[in-house]
Amino acid sequence: MHLTEEEKRVALEQTGNILENYSRERGNLIPILQQVQEKLGYVPLVAMEEVARHLGIPAVDVYSVATFYNQFRLIPPGKHQIKVCMGTACHMKGGNIILDCWKRRLGIDVNQVTPDREFSLERVACVGCCTMAPVTVIDEEVYGKVTPTRVDGLLFSFGVKIPKGQQKEGEAVEQQ
Amino acid sequence: MSSSSIVAETFAKLRQKSRTAWQSLRDRPLILVGTATCGRAAGALEILKVIKEELEKHGIDARVLEVGCMGHCYAEPLVTVYKPGFPPISYGYVTGGIAARLVQDFLGGDDPCLEFALAALETNDMVPALTDFPRGMIEKPIILDKCGLIDPEKIEHYIALGGYAALARALTREPEWVVEEIKASGLRGRGGAGFPTGRKWETCRLAPGEKKYVICNADEGDPGAFMDRAILESNPHEVLEGLAIAAYAVGARQGYFYIRAEYPLAVERVKKAIEEARQAGLLGTNILGSGFSFNVDVFQGSGAFVCGEETALIASMEGEPGLPRHRPPFPATAGLWGKPTVINNVKTLAYVPHIIERGAQWFRETGTAGSPGTAVFALAGKVINTGLAEVPMGTTLRQLVYDVGSGIPKGKSFKAVQIGGPSGGCLPEAALDMPIDFDSLSQAGAMMGSGGMVILDEDDCMVEIARFFLDFTQKESCGKCTMCRLGTRQMLDILEAITKGQGRPGDIELLLELAEDVKAGSLCGLGKTAPNPVLSTIRYFRDEYEAHIKERRCPALMCRELIAYYILPEKCERSCDACVGSCPVEAIYPNEDRIKVIDQQKCVKCASCLEACPPQYKAVIKLSPPELVAERGRKVNIP
Repeated sequence: MHLTEEEKRVALEQTGNILENYSRERGNLIPILQQVQEKLGYVPLVAMEEVARHLGIPAVDVYSVATFYNQFRLIPPGKHQIKVCMGTACHMKGGNIILDCWKRRLGIDVNQVTPDREFSLERVACVGCCTMAPVTVIDEEVYGKVTPTRVDGLLFSFGVKIPKGQQKEGEAVEQQ
Repeated sequence: MSSSSIVAETFAKLRQKSRTAWQSLRDRPLILVGTATCGRAAGALEILKVIKEELEKHGIDARVLEVGCMGHCYAEPLVTVYKPGFPPISYGYVTGGIAARLVQDFLGGDDPCLEFALAALETNDMVPALTDFPRGMIEKPIILDKCGLIDPEKIEHYIALGGYAALARALTREPEWVVEEIKASGLRGRGGAGFPTGRKWETCRLAPGEKKYVICNADEGDPGAFMDRAILESNPHEVLEGLAIAAYAVGARQGYFYIRAEYPLAVERVKKAIEEARQAGLLGTNILGSGFSFNVDVFQGSGAFVCGEETALIASMEGEPGLPRHRPPFPATAGLWGKPTVINNVKTLAYVPHIIERGAQWFRETGTAGSPGTAVFALAGKVINTGLAEVPMGTTLRQLVYDVGSGIPKGKSFKAVQIGGPSGGCLPEAALDMPIDFDSLSQAGAMMGSGGMVILDEDDCMVEIARFFLDFTQKESCGKCTMCRLGTRQMLDILEAITKGQGRPGDIELLLELAEDVKAGSLCGLGKTAPNPVLSTIRYFRDEYEAHIKERRCPALMCRELIAYYILPEKCERSCDACVGSCPVEAIYPNEDRIKVIDQQKCVKCASCLEACPPQYKAVIKLSPPELVAERGRKVNIP
């Protein structure tokens, strides 16, 4: 995804602020990356290079850690982050069907962001709410017992208009 | 004054203060609302708001406390009311309306609204108590005993109910005594493999070196397991106390909680607990005047399942990708930063204070000879009472599924129970009477794992469940060992083909062969156990694999490529359009007789129509193989 100069500047500035609080020990790498992601919502390349300089390690080491762990996102997330639980209980109760519904309605695949950057879609291994399966987490809120129609309802509550009948598979949803 | 009498005296003062604070809670009615993650998902925060508003509106003087999870997750949101003159009563499935009535009629009046009551918490003459139900007779809570009854963010509640007494007791004895006591108790690690905890501690205690570490492994990555989350959210001090005792026993001055980032509430509550314990003098320098110092920090995992493995966990704390390494040396002799390190699971540490407090002999009275104590299971899937249950080791699966879990919902029949997550296996009906402990489960081809238990009914396809778990382990394989990286990929490809109806004769044998190779060629537990779900499903449900391969049919009607949705024309109600409205892709239309028909080309098999069709018609069915739709012979008119 293409980042604007402004985004890069903000990323560098914020990363610099975070790094001030950490000593130059390798053990701080993951906590630093977590902080960067918490501040920016993702870990851009420029931030990784900055972290590598601070810790005195090759940038490729930072990149290998950032890509090894599922938590780190390398592109900016949508304004609303939709995480569909794919744990055992959710799977048995149709989690994949719910994931398909989100994909269809948002017109994006997993780990993608809608072109207007309103929504991003992710799958998570298990959020530990197995008794409420199937579960979708939107931003920090957990929604249990989700059905295909509830997906539409949730999107509706976020102000998305679902044009019934005109939409084809894979086509992006129009925003109001 | 000797240091042990200082400890005893300091702690006695602390306990007295806490007890006073705890007793003062009861001077007026007390309402507990369960706000662990499971409660929140069910709307507990909304209920909390309603209760506070109603109390305000009616001018009723009562205390409201946020507590953790009692394990009755199926009945969330859960509210418990303590009113003088009444037994404490828990209410389940609470809605805003019920919450308002509890405040108005029970607290404001004297109607305990028993129509909404789940059970009383104590035996009494008015309401059946939890212990009167079959579930209550089987359950034996040790580490869950305070969960859902105390405010996890108030250390005085924990202390008032006996908390931190074990730490105070341990500090008055020699560390060797603590290690011996844990060894004598026979406590085995609850993280999955069941390694004797005492032996781990002893190795670490005897390992040379000044600097040692203790780590609480809360990287609960098994999909389907949530007991560590529930304990950390409901009673973090219990685990913290266990960690401090472990540190004292092995001689560590620094400890860590390794908590996965997907559990934000658990992270928050553990951090709060550490802070409170520090202020109470139960952590930090010179704890309770004993001369022993211990600090704890929280490290957040970053979403890699393999980091539940000790050496991978250490690698991630050192800022590396979480790749396991060869053992020995074991972390107990060379762990974090090369120093001796004890890593114990949340539940293992939670047992520690109880054992130190009540003695190894007491602990051995519960459970089986080889696996003393209790086991905590997270029941999920197709079972009526989902939630947490703590039962003595040696309880049978049947008791767990039918007495604790109340059986299978919707009158369906039991098919299998999946234990131990991606490392475990699926056990069939014939295994239901097996007493469960570490050893019996591994003999049956499953594994205790962390205790996640997913119950499967007749609608669940065993090939699909094997594919699901292998898909998980394949994605989570760190890639270090060739057999784990490529072998699981091959197995997954075969399973995917089978669930799509593209299986070939000989696939089952190939899977069995690959499974053995992956087991033999992997370094850590992830690879060694990854084939278990496949092996156990082939062992017990081979006929389902054969139906997929030979007949392109999914007997459980689950594999999407092998089924089709079909509306029975003789059952479809002409004036009803429920399915048409429910279909997200407009694949359903009424034909010239106003009988609804599914356009199979458009259908995405989301099951919405099946859900939407009113139960009095039950016109939507699934057919496998999908060709059966055409065979039904009804001409489909595309308008």
